Amino acid sequence: MPKLIVDGKEIEVPPEYTILQACEAAGAEIPRFCYHERLSIAGNCRMCLVEVQGGPPKPVASCAMGVRDLRPGPNGEPPVVFTKSPMVKKAREGVMEFLLVNHPLDCPICDQGGECDLQDQAMAYGVDSSRFHENKRAVEDKYIGPLVRTSMNRCIHCTRCVRFTNEVAGVGDLGAIGRGEDMEITTYLEHAMGSELQGNVIDLCPVGALTSKPYAFKARPWELIKTESVDVMDAAGSAIRIDTRGREVMRILPVVNEDVNEEWISDKTRFIWDGLKTQRLDRPYVREDGRLRPASWSEAFALIAEKVKATQPSRIGAIAGDLNAVEEIFALRQLMQALGSPNLDCRQDGTQLNPAFGRGSYLFNATIAGVEDADAVLLIGSNPRREAPVLNARIRKRWLAGNLPVAYVGEAMDLTYRAEQLGAGAQTLVDLANGAHGFVEVLRQAQRPLIIIGQGALARADGAAVLAAATRLAVDVGAVGDDWNGLSILHTAAARVGALDVGFFPAGGGLTAQQMAAAGALDVVYLLGADEIEIAPGAFVIYQGSHGDSGAHRADVILPGAAYPEKSGTYLNTEGRVQVADRASFPPGDAREDWAIIRALSDVLGHRLGYDNLGALREALVTEVPHMADRNQIAAGALELPAIAAAIAQMGPAPFASPIVDFYLTNPIARASAVMAECSALARGAVAQAAE
Amino acid sequence: MSVRRLAPPEVQPAEFVFTPENAAWASQQIAKYPEGRQASAVIPLLWRAQAQAGGWLPQRAIEHVAGILGMNYIRVLEIATFYTMFALEPVGRFFVQLCGTTHCMVCGAHDLREALRGFVGPERTVSADGNFSWLEVECLGACCNAPMVQINDDYYEDLTPEILINLLKDLAAGRPVKPGPQQGRHAAEPAGGKLTSLTDPSLYDGSVVGAWRARFAQKD
Repeated sequence: MPKLIVDGKEIEVPPEYTILQACEAAGAEIPRFCYHERLSIAGNCRMCLVEVQGGPPKPVASCAMGVRDLRPGPNGEPPVVFTKSPMVKKAREGVMEFLLVNHPLDCPICDQGGECDLQDQAMAYGVDSSRFHENKRAVEDKYIGPLVRTSMNRCIHCTRCVRFTNEVAGVGDLGAIGRGEDMEITTYLEHAMGSELQGNVIDLCPVGALTSKPYAFKARPWELIKTESVDVMDAAGSAIRIDTRGREVMRILPVVNEDVNEEWISDKTRFIWDGLKTQRLDRPYVREDGRLRPASWSEAFALIAEKVKATQPSRIGAIAGDLNAVEEIFALRQLMQALGSPNLDCRQDGTQLNPAFGRGSYLFNATIAGVEDADAVLLIGSNPRREAPVLNARIRKRWLAGNLPVAYVGEAMDLTYRAEQLGAGAQTLVDLANGAHGFVEVLRQAQRPLIIIGQGALARADGAAVLAAATRLAVDVGAVGDDWNGLSILHTAAARVGALDVGFFPAGGGLTAQQMAAAGALDVVYLLGADEIEIAPGAFVIYQGSHGDSGAHRADVILPGAAYPEKSGTYLNTEGRVQVADRASFPPGDAREDWAIIRALSDVLGHRLGYDNLGALREALVTEVPHMADRNQIAAGALELPAIAAAIAQMGPAPFASPIVDFYLTNPIARASAVMAECSALARGAVAQAAE
Repeated sequence: MSVRRLAPPEVQPAEFVFTPENAAWASQQIAKYPEGRQASAVIPLLWRAQAQAGGWLPQRAIEHVAGILGMNYIRVLEIATFYTMFALEPVGRFFVQLCGTTHCMVCGAHDLREALRGFVGPERTVSADGNFSWLEVECLGACCNAPMVQINDDYYEDLTPEILINLLKDLAAGRPVKPGPQQGRHAAEPAGGKLTSLTDPSLYDGSVVGAWRARFAQKD
């Protein structure tokens, strides 16, 4: 490994390091604008200049020069780098002066103010005056979509946004037209960007040229309380930071989590927050003469108690939704068991996953970070671009690294990387499982084949048979082993894995969600945030949730609950990773945290649950499900191969279609969001245009 | 340099497709590059598209080339706006590019500019008859023969305003014109017919050999 001396400190770094990385390893701070760890190197901002002995006799852009390119001294001394010498100071001041030549001094009205790289670095490395007396450049603002606001006078041409859309998002929408001083960042003829990761360019922009449109002029960063949390918009469980001012969620930003989302989040995750303020259920309601009327908690509880006590336990059922934390699902399961009802289900989309097949049969066993080790990928009935955009970005990252054959069974789709469509439905899967398809050989050759099974293939009547066939294929090609388990289930619901782990599942002859929803099956149905399932007329429906969506419209009693930023909760992502979100805000009006509602209701029903606070609830949870205590860990799941294989059966001819038809409108919060509605309309328009 | 944009929609043709000959030529160009590197042919294709479209690049031509090469439209637009050899707005049948950089400026490019302004009209506008448009550009690399203009593919050098206007009239009338220096000299030979300015005989009799070193030694 090459040695070099940075500011008098000798260090040894890997040969592929750049000088900038070596300096950071030595603890020296290097200012930069265009350089970003996860993007290609551009070397065009010149802010990272350092002085090098053993390199060219001028300041060197440290981001773009490798340590291998440095020469040792005449007697073999290691090359010497200075990051604080007079030459470096002068170079930085000069670069900063040039950057500010065309940058407007509008920090007081700029949304980036207070969290601006240029502002901070001008303070740290710049000078206090400018020698430029001409007019500044003026650039027209561009329309690049409903999410990203542009103020192009401020652009310093770092091209991070262009590199991001090209490399990570994989859409190639943004570009730089013109040249020199007149270079301008834009989309082709100002069309909207077509990526579901486009919001990340806001974070990447080191100045205020690209800012968040919905958040524009809403708050200043120093006014905001920052709370780390977990995203529930998809099952990836991205790490997020919820910024609140008072009780109001002002914005959502990503947090670095190398195991899950690196530092990207999807647009649904980032821009959902306006949906938290509309369509909220802020007080209980009961239905009288066909109309919902506001009621008090005691009224609502009394009505529920009356109904429940008049009903056979076997005629009561509960369905858990997609956004719930583990705590409330666990509490509701305990309540239903206390009532003596076996009718519990969290699989409102009808997926055929079953804990009887072993915990490993419903986890993303390869892990999201493990995607980078895979050397062949087969997607079965899954469109990760819609179902988990950050996972799709990870697959694309691996694909860009080279030698990754990707194929899929399902409807034709654009994944932002080259993927071969093997077939549309079950017949192709059967061929693969029987080894009668060419791609099986590719999987066999691979050391670590990754087989992703989506809910498009599992949420069907023959889902168990699909899982059986896919598992047979996975075992056959050596994807399931001791050091690599490539059989991976991609969920669409953030609550699903946690709910299955705590046994919210029709054991002992209980009805499944689909059976419960059927006409005449039950007399009382408890919907815990379950909005994606239609309950047939007849049953008395209790809806507990945060938004007035389809579940609330059908409900006879509404219990107002908390949305995900308003409660502390445990979530298990599709890998089975236990993540705990902190409470960032408070539920509106009379709404309460969901576990507390269930606890209070249990008292009224005469089956008081044995915990009075969240800590005690978590203790009870951990006693029963020990791995819930291991935060940020994944408890490996077993795979009951014989049980899965027994489910083999004839499969239907329908093609595997992703369950997510509209990426922007998948849950009640998103459907309440005006921003998501606009994105959805735009996306549908783009689809209609493409079809013409 | 200034901001370069596509021509306004009202002058854009509704469609652009390569003629069969140009399409065949384009596939030859693309075939020069290895598999997966077809985008390298973008500049030759744009150049040919510009020639076919009458000296400028319409929006549809950019999209057509992007379609052939499987590139995003924005990638081709970047190239078309980067290189000033691609005209984004309609040009006259004879597109005059006037060099205005130092040598031509010193030798009278200003006068040529005024002459063009008078004969053709303002810069970047096509004359009423569609014959001419002109643009001041940076150095075209014919400094020995300054001042000069480029008309379509040819250089016309050693110009005066009179010569230039006559040249334009000849072009408009379809009379034959001769590219290159317009005042009788051959290529970039010294003006006035003398082939060299090094006429001192001592340069050729060997008497100055070592003189420089001797002078250098004297100084010490």
